[in-house]
Amino acid sequence: MNRFAYREALTVQEAVDILSREEGGRVIAGATDVLIRWRQGAWKPRYVLNIKRIPGLDAVSYSPETGLSLGTLVTIRTLERHALVRHCYPALAQAATAFAGVQIRNLATVGGNACNASPAGDTLPALLAYGAVCRLVGPAGERLVSLQHFFQGPGLTTLQPAELLVELCLPPLPPRTGALYIKHSPRATMDIAAVGVASVVSLGEQDGICQDVKITLGAVAPTVVRAHAAEAVLQGSLVDAARIQQAAQAALEDARPIDDIRGTAGHRRAVIAPLVRRTLHYAVQMAQGTELSLQTQRGLAVEAIF
Amino acid sequence: MKHQLSLSINGDPYEVLVEPYCSLLDLLRDQLHLTGTKKGCDEGDCGACTVLIDDQTVTSCMMLALDARDKAITTVEGLVQDNTLHPVQEAFVQYGGVQCGFCTPGLIMSGVGLLLENPDPTEEEVRFAIGGNLCRCTGYAKVVQAILKAAETMRATAS
Repeated sequence: MNRFAYREALTVQEAVDILSREEGGRVIAGATDVLIRWRQGAWKPRYVLNIKRIPGLDAVSYSPETGLSLGTLVTIRTLERHALVRHCYPALAQAATAFAGVQIRNLATVGGNACNASPAGDTLPALLAYGAVCRLVGPAGERLVSLQHFFQGPGLTTLQPAELLVELCLPPLPPRTGALYIKHSPRATMDIAAVGVASVVSLGEQDGICQDVKITLGAVAPTVVRAHAAEAVLQGSLVDAARIQQAAQAALEDARPIDDIRGTAGHRRAVIAPLVRRTLHYAVQMAQGTELSLQTQRGLAVEAIF
Repeated sequence: MKHQLSLSINGDPYEVLVEPYCSLLDLLRDQLHLTGTKKGCDEGDCGACTVLIDDQTVTSCMMLALDARDKAITTVEGLVQDNTLHPVQEAFVQYGGVQCGFCTPGLIMSGVGLLLENPDPTEEEVRFAIGGNLCRCTGYAKVVQAILKAAETMRATAS
């Protein structure tokens, strides 16, 4: 383990200046990913830059016109407990309850989970399904990048040197929208998803026609991905059990799973369709007005193999 | 280069010099000799190093000591008040929530953290709250029972 130096920024500009001036820095907020990689010897930062004390970056705000704004420092625990998140973006709260354990959720941040860019990151299928947009600030100023384009590969993002993710913006959702995230993993807590699936479904006013649908898959491709083929099956259609089954099968088209310690590619391929079918089934129920308690949602969201 | 750090631990103010890469856990154990907090995995998986920071549970191995600046830390040593065990500690003793004891400080801190937020948890909520604490001896049944009993005791005392 190398010995790193410590820097702290109190404004975003100060953070960008430090990163521009000094090479070899790693940005930390919760630090839960960085400390592990550093102890493993995989990352050897010359210094860490703590951004956790920048005021305002831990804010959660919502308006029906603009949607949800999550500062990069919002903790996973806040996503789990925040009434607005639970009510308006339930798949994100469900994902937060499936994330590690309470102690890590109190430290880890939503921005950190995005920047770590693991294909198995728990908040990422929900953020992608909700159409999150990243606000980045760097030496050249500010830019917006959709989360879909933010991810470039496992652990790789479009972040440029000295650029910071400062905010995630989730657009408002139409009425009659429901959503479910399911994490399929060997253990119910303190584990990484073998497969994660999020579905967000918006239905028409009376006819039960699917007005909009996003289906996202985690841990089955180099990044979290949209299941475009599955979405196309449902978009503009009457959503019934047969359609849902057809969409669930189509989801395999966008999956490129590999073998690893949490499951074989074959295992992953085998569970994708059932997971997609289940997320769609409950998302549609919620869109039709069925209220599911948080406890029920959590029970659905965490699917342990053992 | 060591940095100066001021923080509060179990109600006492501390001024210490720490290396940038020193975890809060190593500060507590190696420098301040508060060895009640245990080092199990040192990668945030086992929960043995759980402490409270501003009343929220965290794994102290996953936090840099410098990140605790100006925070109020409670370790298992800080739970005893006037030579009396905390109700969660008392219940662990009474209901056999302790076997080898290595995970116990962490489990107790998770129990205390839960009851600060939710004085009347269900069994499921207790199990969910201690999901980040590994115990290889008890099978968790007695631990869960102890936390539920402690909750009862604390509610009775509060009312």
